[in-house]
Amino acid sequence: MTKQEALFEYVLRKADDTLILGHRLSEWCGHGPVLEEDIALTNLALDLIGQATELYQYAAEVENKGRNEDDLAFLRLEREYKNVLLVEQTNGDFGKTIVRQFLFDHFQSLLYERLMNSADEQIAAIAEKSIKEVKYHLKHSSEWVIRLGDGTEESHNRVQESVTDLSRYIEELFYQDEVDEILIKEGIAADTASFKEEYYNNINAVLSEATLSLPEKMWQLDGGRKGVHSEHLGFLLAELQYMQRTYPGMEW
Amino acid sequence: MKDLNINELDRKFQEKIDNEIKIEPKDYMPEAYRKTLIRQISQHAHSEIVGQLPEGNWVTRAPNLRRKAVLLAKIQDEAGHGLYLYSAVETLGADREETIDDLHSGKAKYSSIFNYPSLTWADMGMIGWLVDGAAIMNQVPLCRCSYGPYARAMVRVCKEESFHQRQGYEIVTKLATGTPEQKEMAQESLNRWWWPALMMFGPSDADSKHTAQSMKWKIKRHTNDELRQQFVDVTVPQAELIGLKVPDPDLKWNEETGHYEFGEINWNEFWQVVEGYGPCNKERVDARRKAKEDGAWVREAANAYAEKRAKRKAS
Repeated sequence: MTKQEALFEYVLRKADDTLILGHRLSEWCGHGPVLEEDIALTNLALDLIGQATELYQYAAEVENKGRNEDDLAFLRLEREYKNVLLVEQTNGDFGKTIVRQFLFDHFQSLLYERLMNSADEQIAAIAEKSIKEVKYHLKHSSEWVIRLGDGTEESHNRVQESVTDLSRYIEELFYQDEVDEILIKEGIAADTASFKEEYYNNINAVLSEATLSLPEKMWQLDGGRKGVHSEHLGFLLAELQYMQRTYPGMEW
Repeated sequence: MKDLNINELDRKFQEKIDNEIKIEPKDYMPEAYRKTLIRQISQHAHSEIVGQLPEGNWVTRAPNLRRKAVLLAKIQDEAGHGLYLYSAVETLGADREETIDDLHSGKAKYSSIFNYPSLTWADMGMIGWLVDGAAIMNQVPLCRCSYGPYARAMVRVCKEESFHQRQGYEIVTKLATGTPEQKEMAQESLNRWWWPALMMFGPSDADSKHTAQSMKWKIKRHTNDELRQQFVDVTVPQAELIGLKVPDPDLKWNEETGHYEFGEINWNEFWQVVEGYGPCNKERVDARRKAKEDGAWVREAANAYAEKRAKRKAS
């Protein structure tokens, strides 16, 4: 694998994470539990889709095969999407959406803090721009985890169940392979192992304030980075790609 | 104040209105004025919120990243308009949640246009161009409405609506100047949305029960038919410019009056939708009710947590 191939793959993975999570959040539009949260979730979706757009633009540039950001976002096969499994999980109730976001935001925050110092100027610039949004997302999702965890008995039980269910997808956030190894050596990618402990400390601190906890036995699932997804992604892509697939080659 | 009887207060109130002095929340106002405003502003707020649904229907299927982001931002604006308007309603002593319950029970209305389905991507263009375009015609005069908080909310709302209208027209233009399939998609969509858009201005003046009083109170500045005519006059040339045909065989330019003449609205359809039996009335209200019911545990949790926190702080 060349450095250029690794860089394309790395940026694409990050782009897919943000697009797919942004898509999931956008499904809430018009259906939030309270108007203020409807607006907040749409805002998160908008930030993530904005980040995805910048990342796809850069991936397309690195690849240099004449594809643009929309070709990458809309015209790949399911096995070619490289997002982590966490982000494609269905919204469930508001609590599950918040827990999914919480687990992701804490990871993104630590990742982007490091990528701001990436030797790759474009990645550093995207990270620097995105970190402000991610910090806000992190505050929003952490506050809701606390409110729901330490709210009523019902909210506590619901959100604890989501924490338990979604904990299976945490380890995959730290997944690394040859792509990362090549880029870590170049000072381009961040070594996720270097902030894994900090991640767990951070989420555990919030969960503990929320009277919630990770399960004792942490099961693990992965496959997303290799394009092996859960059953949910295919349906998501069917909607996402509908227009581009039905009307090939048209401008909108 | 004590010495003034109600008739005198009413006279002074009308005098202020006649002199274009804004009525503010703490000022005296006749009960009927307050009620009319609560009805109108809450219906306006509900329209913004229900209006999220037909557009939200296409967010996950938007054709490219740019259109997706713009559509999301637009819907977010509409939700924001709902928020200001509910705040304006609260300045009149009404409770936001109670007015929302009136929407869910069918007691309160919202703009009938949102009871039509959004079936193709072109509908996102039509909603911006025609629906927001018609809303602007209705709302620009509301920036001069006699009730201060409503007038001020409208200034901001109108700025954003005019951006929405332009983005809608841009979507439609792109389709109308695109491939034959895209042009057909645009024309088919215009065929479905044209008449419902004209119906947005409400019943004809002869049948409008609120118009005369609302005009005297300067809540309303133009009649329904005046606004509808203005909309037709502005919109027909926009359709012609991009080669789309307005689906009205009776439409013709009248040189003498300087206005377009247009065909008769299907008032049966209008009343059917107003009464709750349009294509999507049930789906729209059900979706809003479901959002509120599904979110009940979230709101309870937030309140319970806030109380716990306040107690912990106090002790």
